[in-house]
Amino acid sequence: MFFRQAGVFHTSYALDRKLFPIPADRVMIVVMLAFGVLAPWLVSSLTLTSYMLPWLVWTSATLGLNLIIGWAGQFHFGYAAVMGIGAYASVHATRNGIPWEIAVVLGGLTATVIGVVFAFAALRVKGLYLALSTLALQFVMDWVISHVPAISGGVGATLQAPAMRLMGEVVSSDAGLYYVALVWCVLVTVFMLNLRRTALGRALVAVREKDFAAAVIGVQSFYYKLIAFATSSFIGGVSGAILIFTFYRAVTPEQFSVNVSIELLAMVIVGGLGSIIGSWFGAAFILLMPSQMNHLIAWGAKALGLDLGVETLAHIPHVVYGALIILFLIVEPMGLGKLYGNVRDYLKLWPFGYTRK
Amino acid sequence: MSMDLNYFLELGINGALAGLMYALVAMGLVLVYKSSSVPNLAQGALTMVGAYVVLFYQLGLGLPMVLAILLAIVTMCGLGLGIERVALRPLAGRPIVMILMMTLGLDIFLRALTLAIWGGNGRPLRLGISDDPIFLGPILLNQAYVIGAAVTLVLFGFFVFFFQTRRGVVLRAIADDYMASWSVGISVERGVGLSWALSSMVATIAGVLWASMQGVDQSLSLLLLKGVTVAVLGGMDSLGGAILAGLLLGAFESVASGYLDPLLGGGTRELVIAAVLIITIMIRPHGLFGRHDIERL
Repeated sequence: MFFRQAGVFHTSYALDRKLFPIPADRVMIVVMLAFGVLAPWLVSSLTLTSYMLPWLVWTSATLGLNLIIGWAGQFHFGYAAVMGIGAYASVHATRNGIPWEIAVVLGGLTATVIGVVFAFAALRVKGLYLALSTLALQFVMDWVISHVPAISGGVGATLQAPAMRLMGEVVSSDAGLYYVALVWCVLVTVFMLNLRRTALGRALVAVREKDFAAAVIGVQSFYYKLIAFATSSFIGGVSGAILIFTFYRAVTPEQFSVNVSIELLAMVIVGGLGSIIGSWFGAAFILLMPSQMNHLIAWGAKALGLDLGVETLAHIPHVVYGALIILFLIVEPMGLGKLYGNVRDYLKLWPFGYTRK
Repeated sequence: MSMDLNYFLELGINGALAGLMYALVAMGLVLVYKSSSVPNLAQGALTMVGAYVVLFYQLGLGLPMVLAILLAIVTMCGLGLGIERVALRPLAGRPIVMILMMTLGLDIFLRALTLAIWGGNGRPLRLGISDDPIFLGPILLNQAYVIGAAVTLVLFGFFVFFFQTRRGVVLRAIADDYMASWSVGISVERGVGLSWALSSMVATIAGVLWASMQGVDQSLSLLLLKGVTVAVLGGMDSLGGAILAGLLLGAFESVASGYLDPLLGGGTRELVIAAVLIITIMIRPHGLFGRHDIERL
């Protein structure tokens, strides 16, 4: 109905390699982009700054983590620490008078350096042991960030981020901050979409599937793992910096604690390993669900005349958050991206389902 | 000079005793990992839930402590069996990242559930252990640690004995080889379920012991990091390894943080534990007594 594709009829290599071979997808992308650009006029300022903006930033971070887990098949349980490094580095850089654009890139590069430390764990072990060592590194990073006064400004301190200046102009309007997040998220998404078509992306997938088989066909797994960790750390670092400058406006160690790492993992898993649209869905789901759930439960309790305690009400969203992770893994381990794919595959042939062999 | 030595010994011995209690958490992890290769990151949460359930039976229903603990162990065994059946069995054969995520999801779920039901305030759980230290020459020993360490050793003895019984041999067979176990008519599902039940039992006991010292609250679930470190250091699938690693890690943690805390401004316990975990994995991922077939590059 929407997609109208009864078979694959590419007549040239270029057509075959197109990013969006199906016209309906192209239309959808254009509509979504138009909505993204026009959003400041279409949605309320509250929706824009407290839902859409964090969604975009977290989506970029989720995509970065998905690069490591979904593409390269390496675990990273300390991604929040990498984001935190990027955030702190860029805040310190701007406080020392470095222009914002350069400071953010510096943040990304610092995160890359730290991310390569994580990569050295990946070069030694894999699977469970890699997961545990990255988790332990997260604890070490947390400790270092909060206990070294030169980084955090003292134990329990909050470091104010200076106003964001793009090309010397202060950006402080809601729409301005939103556009910064939008541009970054679109950049990361386009990068990830194209990664699939490059030699690098294919090499990463080869390493994921079986690293020594990849080595046999001449893909240096050592080198590509390093690249994967470095790239994804850069994305994470810049996302962390943008999160601070556009959303939190101040940085504390708790914003990048181990729980945040797990939340990011949940976004990747709920969205779907290696799925780009899934990362968008997953970030939205994990980020926006708890607050929506809270409204729903408060409303339901009222409707049923139940008198739930304040504390119970406050913690039910977390119960639901945990339950949803469990449920997703049991029912659809490939996540929301796969669910979307199923619907799309069905509609692609819709009235002519029999053409699918 | 002898003051320093005494301080060192006191830190070391008390640490080693506490380490044996970390080993209790690690034993729960090892039991499940041995039988089903599931690294149960919800073990810390299970420990905490165990303590809450004991508290519920004792204060909520007004039962005597011993009965409350026994009933809690039965309840927790049921919970362990349920978790295995509902959450982990459908994931058999899936990539390890999904299994890890599932146990993390369980961890989040159980922690939030206890918060929603019982709230965030810490509650005391009294076993009637006196606060007076035991004197060992010039060294003071924490009585709760001594009792906890003794319980750990008794449980370890129980498991050594258990793995000689028919049912224990079945579990060892499953740990060795799924396929071979199936082909000789062993129900792998039931064996894995049993290991979850045993692990929940250990978690309850660990929960009670730790809660008697620090009260029942969310911080009990933080024992996970210590349990995981002990389990990895001991070799992930070795109960004896967990005991020895617990002793070593406990003593080292206590001594290292005792000397580092004044230098670095406190909070070094977590740091020492995380460092030991990283160094173990980098140098000897199969731990002290683990099998050598851990995949390395």
